[in-house]
Amino acid sequence: MTTIDKTSSVPAPRGSDDFGGPLLEVRDLHVEFHTRDGVAKAVNGVNYTVSAGETLAVLGESGSGKSVTAQAIMGILDMPPGRIPKGEIFFRGEDMLKMSADERRKIRGRKIAMIFQDALSSLNPVLSVGYQLGEMFRVHQGLSKKEAKAKAIELMDKVKIPAAKARVDDYPHQFSGGMRQRIMIAMALALEPDLIIADEPTTALDVTVQAQVMDLLAELQREYNMGLILITHDLGVVADVADKIAVMYAGRIVETAPVHELYKRPAHPYTKGLLDSIPRLDQKGQELYAIKGLPPNLTRIPSGCAFNPRCPMAQDICRTDIPALFPVTERDGGELPGRGSACHFWKETIHG
Amino acid sequence: MGRYVIRRLLQMIPVFIGATFLIFVMVYALGDPVAALFGDKAPDPATAARIREDLGLDKPLWQQYLHYMGNIFRGDFGTAFNGQKVTELMASAFPVTMKLTFVAIVIEIIVGIALGVVSGLKRGRPLDTSLLVLTLIVISVPTFVSGYLLQLLFGLKLGWVRPTVSSDAPLNELILPGIVLALVSLAYVTRLTRTSIGENARADYVRTAVAKGLPRRRVITKHLLRNSLIPVVTFIGADIGALMGGAIVTERIFNIHGVGYQLYNGILRGNTPTVVGFVTILVLVFLVANLLVDLLYAVLDPRIRYA
Repeated sequence: MTTIDKTSSVPAPRGSDDFGGPLLEVRDLHVEFHTRDGVAKAVNGVNYTVSAGETLAVLGESGSGKSVTAQAIMGILDMPPGRIPKGEIFFRGEDMLKMSADERRKIRGRKIAMIFQDALSSLNPVLSVGYQLGEMFRVHQGLSKKEAKAKAIELMDKVKIPAAKARVDDYPHQFSGGMRQRIMIAMALALEPDLIIADEPTTALDVTVQAQVMDLLAELQREYNMGLILITHDLGVVADVADKIAVMYAGRIVETAPVHELYKRPAHPYTKGLLDSIPRLDQKGQELYAIKGLPPNLTRIPSGCAFNPRCPMAQDICRTDIPALFPVTERDGGELPGRGSACHFWKETIHG
Repeated sequence: MGRYVIRRLLQMIPVFIGATFLIFVMVYALGDPVAALFGDKAPDPATAARIREDLGLDKPLWQQYLHYMGNIFRGDFGTAFNGQKVTELMASAFPVTMKLTFVAIVIEIIVGIALGVVSGLKRGRPLDTSLLVLTLIVISVPTFVSGYLLQLLFGLKLGWVRPTVSSDAPLNELILPGIVLALVSLAYVTRLTRTSIGENARADYVRTAVAKGLPRRRVITKHLLRNSLIPVVTFIGADIGALMGGAIVTERIFNIHGVGYQLYNGILRGNTPTVVGFVTILVLVFLVANLLVDLLYAVLDPRIRYA
């Protein structure tokens, strides 16, 4: 990496070379997949920004387009069948979708890294973890095999893998699930990227290990002042670590909010439904709430608001007009910074 | 690892005994070797009986087998009826066939895997489809057809190579026979590699490798290829044995005096020591090749190490 030495003795905060805007800005991103059954519109106009040191949680069911958005940012979508008909993804003010393949490749891993869900299948089974970690340094920084291995051991120590030195030549299958996920995290962290995208990093783990892994991730993020996009469908995971939340449904963001406000006062019926479907100790013995119906088929997204067939508040307008992401305000019109809801009836939802 | 090899070597013993005994019985069932020795003439019964006694052919089959195996372990593979020692025949035949097999395997590995990788990465594109059709054609044409055709084309019409191989069988003369011998296996290797590459290309760890910002070349060679070659290695290993014994047709077309040629003559003349001796060695080659494949398999895939 080429870092310009600043004359001041204070180390410049990472990710603030000369660009003042957000680290990552996704603008009106559309992604579709051309399949035999028609065109599946996986992402339909997503906007979000992430700044250095900030954690954005992207929440949504399977098929809501949260992972596809992440893959589009990483540039690892399978194209074809995938296609990005519209949209921009600015990284430090530069549109990555306009870059050459090689420019994008150099950003991957070095500036933006990704942590995948299932560490067992996401790590190469026939290469030792030391090799896979060291590869980052060998390819991006041209280190020798030996230096890369030393760096790999350092990384494994960093993510608190016991006896890193002894285990560096082990293979992924010889580690436990939690340790494997730590290796994935170490791999993403290797080159101290500006932004990490964690795609359901704890889904494959059991609950106690989940907490450990999330804590580790949050700790390292603070240490390096990285931007973090945390993709999840687990509301519990989000509450502790995220700064802001974007809730996705059928390829759109339906609500954005600072994390605690969302839990306190959801402004979209879908978010409300999600929160109501969390089991609670004080409602023991009662039937658990569930959002009726199923997520829409992405080749035939309902007209109007995509959530209308499942929404308890749906009116005629919801079946015809697609709601924009309205800014959410207090009852008296007082501003609520960072809040937005794509619901025609957001007022009734939050204040009603 | 060591224990595994020892266990595998021990497992070879019953396979070896079973295989050789079967061959022994089958060759015995072919007919009377003494009659075959005399060719078209009917042997004098007294002489025939004496020869039988000399050769131990009047004893029960299992005794003959034990006697024969005992000799083999002393390095004595017996004598062909023309007086030549079978070991001498082997010494002249096996190097030639091994050279031919070597040429064939090298062609099979280089061309087959290269075509398979290209095809697998371009799945569904015109190049892939034409390669698939081509391999299908190659697989369906018998070796004696493709052999004679290529010999006619390159050896006689174009004159690029000698149509037949001289007795010391130099490597450059073995290229065309090697291609002929490799063709069918090559088509299989191509298809196997293609399927394997196509499947693994969608694997999560390949996506990870891409997300790490590795150059495409490195993703393919270091991450994709090594995983995809595991089934191909298995096939090629088993093929070494098959090619050595299966070169009969190719060796006859190009007049190569190798194992296939000697076996063919041995069978034609009912020459038990030659046939059983050669096949015994082939069985050994096959077993060792398979063991090597299994060991290589463990090298390629650490998940089955120390199994």
